[in-house]
Amino acid sequence: MSDTINLIIDGKQVFVPPGTTILAAAREAGIEIPTICFHEATTSNALCRICVVEVEGSRVLVPSCVANVSEGMKVQTQSERVMRSRRTILEMLESTVDLSDAPEIQSMITEYKAEPDRYPQAKSRISTPIDDNPMYLRDYAKCILCWRCVQVCAEDAQYTYAINFSGRGYDTQISTFYEIPMPESTCVFCGQCVGVCPTGALKPKRQWLMELGRTPDEIMDLTRSERRNRRRRVEVPSNEQA
Amino acid sequence: MTDFDLTPLKAVMGDYAPQGRTALLPALYAAQEIYGYLPEPVAAEVARSLNVPLVEVFGVIDFYTMFYREPVGKTVIHVCNDPACTMAGSEPILKRLTQHLESLSPENPNYQTVTIERAPCLGLCEHAPTALVRGKPVGLSDVRSWEEMLNGETRQLEAKVGGTIRLLTANCGQGYTLTLRQYEARGGYTAYRKALTGSPTTVIDVVKAAGLVGRGGAAFPTSVKWEGTSRAPGTEKYVVCNADEAEPGTFKDRVLMEDDPHTILEGLMIAAFAVGASKGYIYVRGEYLRPYQMMKAAVQEAREAGFLGENIFGSGFKFDIELRRGAGAYICGEETAQFESIEGKRGFPRVKPPFPTTNGLFGKPTSINNVETLANVPLILRMGAEEYRKIGTEKSPGPKLFCLSGDVAHPGLYEVPFGTTFRELLFDLAGGVRSGHSLQSALFGGAAGAFALESHLDVRLTFEDLRAAGLPLGSGVITVFDETRDMRDICLRLAQFFADESCGKCYPCQMGTQRQVEIIQRVLDGQILPADWDRLQDIGWTMTDASLCGLGQTAASAVLSAMKHWPHLFQTPEALAQ
Repeated sequence: MSDTINLIIDGKQVFVPPGTTILAAAREAGIEIPTICFHEATTSNALCRICVVEVEGSRVLVPSCVANVSEGMKVQTQSERVMRSRRTILEMLESTVDLSDAPEIQSMITEYKAEPDRYPQAKSRISTPIDDNPMYLRDYAKCILCWRCVQVCAEDAQYTYAINFSGRGYDTQISTFYEIPMPESTCVFCGQCVGVCPTGALKPKRQWLMELGRTPDEIMDLTRSERRNRRRRVEVPSNEQA
Repeated sequence: MTDFDLTPLKAVMGDYAPQGRTALLPALYAAQEIYGYLPEPVAAEVARSLNVPLVEVFGVIDFYTMFYREPVGKTVIHVCNDPACTMAGSEPILKRLTQHLESLSPENPNYQTVTIERAPCLGLCEHAPTALVRGKPVGLSDVRSWEEMLNGETRQLEAKVGGTIRLLTANCGQGYTLTLRQYEARGGYTAYRKALTGSPTTVIDVVKAAGLVGRGGAAFPTSVKWEGTSRAPGTEKYVVCNADEAEPGTFKDRVLMEDDPHTILEGLMIAAFAVGASKGYIYVRGEYLRPYQMMKAAVQEAREAGFLGENIFGSGFKFDIELRRGAGAYICGEETAQFESIEGKRGFPRVKPPFPTTNGLFGKPTSINNVETLANVPLILRMGAEEYRKIGTEKSPGPKLFCLSGDVAHPGLYEVPFGTTFRELLFDLAGGVRSGHSLQSALFGGAAGAFALESHLDVRLTFEDLRAAGLPLGSGVITVFDETRDMRDICLRLAQFFADESCGKCYPCQMGTQRQVEIIQRVLDGQILPADWDRLQDIGWTMTDASLCGLGQTAASAVLSAMKHWPHLFQTPEALAQ
């Protein structure tokens, strides 16, 4: 096996080591392929499909974040089929999720000329923000189901297993065990899920309160008393048992 | 929260605990059997016993429709909602049943003990309209009284089998399940005995020479799969029999499993020998309770007869089979989703490559074959490749099972050689379109298929001829529609099926199946918006091109084919006028 793979991306000769993904090879060559669910620190699941490219000889489009390069491969990152899929995925996303806190996806919408409100009368993900702990807020109306939070909570980082999925298909949502409040779950409040969330569906509580116009002093008071209450609540049953 | 007596659950969990996570679905079934549903403390105890994170147990429960988080009635009735059953009138029957149940007085034993659910195709299409009552198949048109049905006193549905040849179905449609002894008396297990005296390579060579390709829908060469698994590095390898038959309109595997389970077992045993696997799984869809029981009994017989176990026939070959029941998820028919399900997870399909032949079940080399494919294997070994190839055409050798249902005079399972025309199958064998009606269309390949028209009647049913005609063979489904049927309604049902069954992993299918339903609902309601045609095309092609697995890639196939045949149905009056 040779230690360099030679392929053509958008007509450009590219040389990369074997085992390189098409996405990485394209970046190497200065060709930008958009991504949504992809994150350097999490396992790639190729689920948003925004990074699909057209590979000569392949019946369907190929997710560049996981597909490896091969010798003589011919890749088009902007073909008509690719552009149609990207635009449609963005338009469907726009009709499903509140993207107001997702600037990266918003700029993709502009770049791919995705039409806002392309899908009228569409059922969107409506959910009331869940404010059940002093550290972060969960607003699943803004969730794009990129899976990053579930992954970092599990084997990709923390091994905490506080969150997984409820429902399936369009009605999938991130959830705790039987939707119990976060403090009753195995969550250790490490904050990694909040850190990898790309759309503001998970937001630090302080940031949320600031956005609501609360002053830093008010926020300090609020979260402090919340933490104190929480500690007391946990202690009570253990005293009773004793 | 702990007003549940967990003692009975703890008593049975010991059977599952040593297996760990892979026993999750069986353990949840066992728990549900005790409590009727799966409340939080029960799920927590299962999680503890199997050492699986709580939230992942929850994720699994909520993925599969046959696991219940909330209490359900003692009797659960699944009424089939697919095209064949609704065309035969399942909707009005459902309405009458609901009214009957609502009218019951509190003294009636069935008062508030029944839960009715609309189900995806139950694989009983030749008996349409149908339902499952506590798992038992019921032909709704034979029901004389609701009491009789609720008490489980309805007659057992027998397979309707026909065709011009009876090779795969030689033992089917006789009204009973062949026992191991009966199967052996008819020459059964001779292929297995013979295979074990030779080498795995010889078996693969015969299957290759016979030109066998997968009958589950993808038509992938069986020998290539086996060779790949056999050559893959590693000593731990698996074979899986995909009996998760759930493509709307398909019931062939059900008939094979119910009537002739040993043929399938023999095929799986030979496959295991060919690839070097010592463990096999049979994954039967959750709705197929009776086929599951038949297969389970057959495995037990085979084990007792020494056909499974250590050193089989003194050859040194060792093999055993474990049965698994799905729990209501069409996606688990997709091979990698099926592995996930056997491993005790949500049925999310995996990214391919890597392929199952190198990274399959439990990450090990795995060969997964459809029931009908495996049923061909003993036949090929008994006949020899040369004789086998005399059946069918050069490029599509062998016999093929077709499931005919809908507006056809004699719905049923038909076995014919590849190359039989659609006309011969429909008119000569199945009696044509139901009396007094004419053919409007037929859906080939199920929900994931495409519509054929009268002009396709003389197409020969082979892989090559159908491909040329732009039709899929799929798993051999042909659902017939006469001139009275509203194709928009059929499209809506197919679209709804995919929206219900999408796993939700990849964006094109997760959102596309939902948007597709919304637009086709407008089409059916006569509320088409000006750009709905373009929207449906964009969604359809995006799902086809960019979805992660075969479900999403075919979720728009029937709709796109309907748009091609009947464009006027999908356009606004203004657009049509132009």
